[in-house]
Amino acid sequence: MSTAIELTNVSKIYRRYSHRRQFATLKSALLSRSLVRDLHPDETFSAVQDVSVTVPAGRTLGVIGRNGSGKSTLLKLVAGITKPTRGSVTVNGRISALIELGAGFHPEISGRENVFINGIMLGLTKREITRRFDEIVEFAELEEFIDAPVKTYSSGMYMRLGFAVAIHVDPDVLLVDEVLAVGDEGFTHKCLDKFAEFKRRGKTILLVTHSLGLVERFCDEALWMNAGRKRATGDPKRVVGAYITDVEKSEEQQLAAGDARAQDAAIAVSPDEPASAVLPDHPIESAEGPADMFRATEGRWGSREIEITDVQLSGPDGSAGHVFQSSQSLTIRIFLRSPLPNEDFVIGIGIFNAEGVCCYGTNTNIEEFSAVRMFGDAEAAFTVDSLDLVEGTYKLDVAVHKLDGYPYDYHRLLYTFRVKSRTKDVGIFRPRHQWRFSEGLTFTRTEESR
Amino acid sequence: MFRNLARLLRYRGLIQSLVARELKARYRGSVLGFFWSFINPLLLLLIYTYVFAYIMPTRFAATEQPKPFADPFPYALFLFCGILPWTWFASSLNESAGVLISGGNLIKKVLFPAEVLPIVTALANMVHFFLGLPILAAFLAYYRAPVTVGELAWFPVIVLVQLIFTIGLALLVAALTVHFRDIRDILANVLTLWFFATPIIYPWKRAPDFGKWFVNANPFSHLAISYQEVLFFEGPFGHWRWLLALGAASLVLFLFAYFVFDRLRDTFAEEV
Repeated sequence: MSTAIELTNVSKIYRRYSHRRQFATLKSALLSRSLVRDLHPDETFSAVQDVSVTVPAGRTLGVIGRNGSGKSTLLKLVAGITKPTRGSVTVNGRISALIELGAGFHPEISGRENVFINGIMLGLTKREITRRFDEIVEFAELEEFIDAPVKTYSSGMYMRLGFAVAIHVDPDVLLVDEVLAVGDEGFTHKCLDKFAEFKRRGKTILLVTHSLGLVERFCDEALWMNAGRKRATGDPKRVVGAYITDVEKSEEQQLAAGDARAQDAAIAVSPDEPASAVLPDHPIESAEGPADMFRATEGRWGSREIEITDVQLSGPDGSAGHVFQSSQSLTIRIFLRSPLPNEDFVIGIGIFNAEGVCCYGTNTNIEEFSAVRMFGDAEAAFTVDSLDLVEGTYKLDVAVHKLDGYPYDYHRLLYTFRVKSRTKDVGIFRPRHQWRFSEGLTFTRTEESR
Repeated sequence: MFRNLARLLRYRGLIQSLVARELKARYRGSVLGFFWSFINPLLLLLIYTYVFAYIMPTRFAATEQPKPFADPFPYALFLFCGILPWTWFASSLNESAGVLISGGNLIKKVLFPAEVLPIVTALANMVHFFLGLPILAAFLAYYRAPVTVGELAWFPVIVLVQLIFTIGLALLVAALTVHFRDIRDILANVLTLWFFATPIIYPWKRAPDFGKWFVNANPFSHLAISYQEVLFFEGPFGHWRWLLALGAASLVLFLFAYFVFDRLRDTFAEEV
């Protein structure tokens, strides 16, 4: 099998200039003889670093990665729009790049004329365009509007026309950069069908996308770019899986960092002056206390006669984390310290969603545990066997207080966790459920899409 | 560089359709449409004639009367011979300064030969120049200008030299403006100065002595003088040596400009 795209140790370094450079003018550059010096960058930024990729003809490669990971730069390198700083790029056959659709359209002239000019820009001859013209217009679904100036088109029409021209260039190598979001559902399907047709006809496709499901379904191979480097390549399912795990891990870190910030802020306010946080005269309804239990502002207050020293969340494997799968178990471990023996305490928990709606709240008193004694370090664990929440971000209230509500230590929304789910249902709570269908009602399970 | 230059030939279809698009798009939506290509030079002519023939006529009253023309000096015709090509030249450069930046989408998102853009600008303005020619012809006929076939044969040569010269400068201006946006502002002023340094509103002979070398050193002078000699003044076309020399220089300028453009090409996608 011959090679369609070959990248050998390709690096692309963008130059970044200092502030000064931006205001430099030709005159000042000439006067200070800094013309040459100023053309040297103050710092550089590697968009793509030492990437080698080979795509055999007829294969489809999906490129995934986070924003700014170098995917689009890679595509532009393959398209020849930018030249690599180091390394070599070889592409065999005619390329068509679907990077920005309708990039060359002139708003004032008609769709018809734009099709011709755009086609010529993409390397077709006039005769070829004439032959494919009807097909292009039909594909774009613009029969009625083709003679209207392009400036009167909606953005969807504009994109569809751009896509239709680009796809009818009949390239050997098709480069696609996240352009499937161009039209309604129907048009997207048509695009996918067109890609499938390309595949059948043995064309090579390079697909940059955030749609991981598309990569799994459609690509022969996946390339995961991370910070300009090749992170992994190979079987799409495996690479996508590794990528998702990585994304979850970084979400985890972000949540942990966010929580740490919130807790630090809360601690910075209260611990030295617990008395000011709780006014003994009106112990419960104090201004800074839980005056409005359902107002979602982060904070910490209480007398600290009993202190919550740490809160840990863990999933079924027992390791601490912040991202959990829906319908798996979640354990909240609350570490407490009571310097003096204490006989009046209630431990409570509240779960809030991102909108600040209380999803669930309980405490040991409600559940009819009567406090007997706490002294020294202690731990309370709250386990949900099945976390039946829909996908989203949730925040946690954790508190220990007297039976009458006098707070020892109240942690308001200081802990964040995220629930992930394969099912995109809506709401807050997912009741355990099943569907049953009588005869005369048939379904098949559609493929899971993420 | 020469490979790219050869490639340029393959883009002639693209250049052709882009020029056509440019012309179509320019007057789309205006009532008079293409007529503006005629009207604009006419209006300009009217203004200059009014100012220099009626408000400040002194210098030209002293001008020796060109032979074939009866009194008075047909200043409008003289002016027209210079202004029409100058408009082509000046608008080409002015537009070239912004053409890579406004066409940034093409350069960044499509594999597109950037040099096509300034070339299209120069060519589109040339078409406007051609559209102005019928009016010039009408003026020439009206004043019974001493145009001979032999002299007229030089006309395409002058146009060709001007085209090469204009494209050369347009490439240079376009490429450098990407890196130094100030050129756009400087250029407008330079062109104003250049206009007055060129014997367009005054005959070359009337240039002050100390300014003659200045006028001679100005490449566009020779184009203007050539147009005037061929179309306006009587007698054989005596300026042809200058014209051919300018033609050769323009070719060198074009190659140099293309070289610079080619060297800077890869930076365009990042800078625009």
